[in-house]
Amino acid sequence: MKTNGGAALIKALELEGVDVMFGLPGGAILPVYDPIIDSPIRHILVRHEQGAGHMAEGYAHATGRPGVAMVTSGPAATNIITPLADAYMDSIPMVVITGQVGTAGIGTDAFQEVDTVGITRSITKHNELVTRAQDIPRIVREAFHIATTGRPGPVLIDIPKDLVDPTNPNSALDWYWPDSVDLPGYNPRLDGDPELIEAAARLILAAERPILYAGGGILKARAAEALLALAEMLDIPVVTTLMARGAMPDDHPLCLGMPGMHGNYTAVTAMQESDLLIALGSRFDDRVTGKLDGFAANAKIIHVDIDPAELGKVRRPDVGITGDCRLVITEMINALKILGGADKQPDRSAWKSTISGWQEKFPLTYVQSEPGDLLKPQFVLEQLRDNTPDDCIVASGVGQHQMWTAQYWKFNHPYTWINSGGLGTMGFAVPAAIGAKVGRPDRMVWAVDGDGCFQMTAQELVTAAAERIPVKIAILNNAYLGMVRQWQEMFYEERYSEVYLSPDLPDYKMWAESMGCVGMRVESPEDVLPAIQRANEVDDRPVVIDFRTDAREKVFPMVPSGKSNSDIVVGPEDYR
Amino acid sequence: MNTNPSVVRHHIISVLVENKPGVLARVSGLFARRGYNIFSLAVAPTDDDRRSRITIVVDVESAPLEQIVKQLDKLINVLEIDELAPGDAVERELLLATVESPQATRQTFAVQVEVAGARILDAGDDTVTVSLEGTPDELDQFALLLATHPVVALQRTGRVALPKIG
Repeated sequence: MKTNGGAALIKALELEGVDVMFGLPGGAILPVYDPIIDSPIRHILVRHEQGAGHMAEGYAHATGRPGVAMVTSGPAATNIITPLADAYMDSIPMVVITGQVGTAGIGTDAFQEVDTVGITRSITKHNELVTRAQDIPRIVREAFHIATTGRPGPVLIDIPKDLVDPTNPNSALDWYWPDSVDLPGYNPRLDGDPELIEAAARLILAAERPILYAGGGILKARAAEALLALAEMLDIPVVTTLMARGAMPDDHPLCLGMPGMHGNYTAVTAMQESDLLIALGSRFDDRVTGKLDGFAANAKIIHVDIDPAELGKVRRPDVGITGDCRLVITEMINALKILGGADKQPDRSAWKSTISGWQEKFPLTYVQSEPGDLLKPQFVLEQLRDNTPDDCIVASGVGQHQMWTAQYWKFNHPYTWINSGGLGTMGFAVPAAIGAKVGRPDRMVWAVDGDGCFQMTAQELVTAAAERIPVKIAILNNAYLGMVRQWQEMFYEERYSEVYLSPDLPDYKMWAESMGCVGMRVESPEDVLPAIQRANEVDDRPVVIDFRTDAREKVFPMVPSGKSNSDIVVGPEDYR
Repeated sequence: MNTNPSVVRHHIISVLVENKPGVLARVSGLFARRGYNIFSLAVAPTDDDRRSRITIVVDVESAPLEQIVKQLDKLINVLEIDELAPGDAVERELLLATVESPQATRQTFAVQVEVAGARILDAGDDTVTVSLEGTPDELDQFALLLATHPVVALQRTGRVALPKIG
């Protein structure tokens, strides 16, 4: 069948099962926007290309399916760089299509030309500049395969305009759809080496103070059930990293919560004191390990990851297993059973009681505000947590509000927590929440945002209002770049440099209303719950609540940058 | 820091890749982003023209090879990687140089070139272009000899290598 590159591109996306894409048209991608009119794919018109990228990420986080974004060349391509880098750091399956100037114009500094594949080479799992229309179906097929298999990640396809413009002979092709992909250099290993799995099982059965260190790879591998089975079989406590919140239910007695720089005392210390860390889809990130040579110094390491480059990258494992977490955990459970299972373990009651002692002695705490004072952010989060459905999806930006949400929320289901972990992208929350709601319209979706973050991407609420995507945004408005303020207070002798933002400029309520949202402002504790309840009832447009919070409040516990996790600061009374 | 090529410990990474635009940039980018210098680089298609072999020589003291090799392996267009420790590889390199060689001493120079196993490819009134194919050490020695003359231009290809069979 004779067709053209633009029609072939859209047809290929349909065949990949794409139901929604996020984008914004422009000169070079214009011809592709014509066949979209006749396609069943829903296109969501964003207000800034960065929004399209983060929406695609939020969609992928919430659904497990690849997010798709399409934008034009030049400035549109550079605007979507941040989401690409974000998705690369957090292993989010995403396919981004960028328009490019016509093949004859490439390299001539043509209008809206940038070297998109050059710029994105180090922040994509793979990228491809299409040079012949005939390659489009194959390249799309490969892009989705690469984005979604192995360690997931973003793939970018850059398509010159003449290859998709039906009036240009360069766009002509004979339609085909490849049955399979032919990528001889790409063979992710899924099942673990049986000998290594047995070695790991033996280490686990011999360990006296083991900890399961679950990372985002558990969620990518759909391995939450397998993790739970392993933990329960051997009665081993689990920490869930920032990227793995929800991978093990927070209300499960074996779940210790989040480790790391702002992890709770028990999760941090249990890793520190363990004699065996079983790292599953986690990557020994600096925010988890603290000062590396002081990290879990007496622990042996089992490291399971689908990306062999992670094994030994930061900490040399005693047993390193390349493979898919779900398959490897399942194989590990079988190996453990063969070796005698839980009965062959040493008595770990002392370790368990040490851990529960820490939990009792060092819970997360804050002091409720005096009447007339600003809200405590932790209080707002508790109210939000306790007055939303158990399977509510919550997205966040980056900073103090993100850490408080990760600490105070109870994540009892996988895929309910959406945030920017590796790149730490301020402004992630609003568009990511929109993408998540598009992917999971059946779920309530809240974004917890900071006032600094909100100002970076708030314009996407116009998109949400126009498209009737009823997300809810809780701004913890402390009028500061709060995390930077916290560091300046603690480590720069309270010399506050360029962190004040003002609580009233902009007026968040009026801004929300002008974008077609319901806007509210809450200043006192007794108004928190009614506002949340009112927001929960709105189902036809976005809601923004401006919660006025106390800027003096800091995120604790904290392992100061460059310090060992053993130097954890539990609360404000500890660091002075 | 010792930059004498014969003293610095070199490691050879031989990478079989798909012969496509941008692949060399992907490979070299992994070194550049970590601030590691590539000592020499040679690229050409193999017997199968859909594939190229990239031979990269790096200074092992400055580059954690294990991580780079694993990252190289993640590139979709990379098909195979061989790490060749010195001694495990058959290595060859080509040197071309144009040096000043006045007619008065030309005869002596020609003998030196012949003794070194090199060849004169081109000769003018005052200059001579010579070539030597050999091991990197032989080329180092020859370059020292050439340095006793004013060198107009000197170019080495970077080494190519294959694993030793015997």
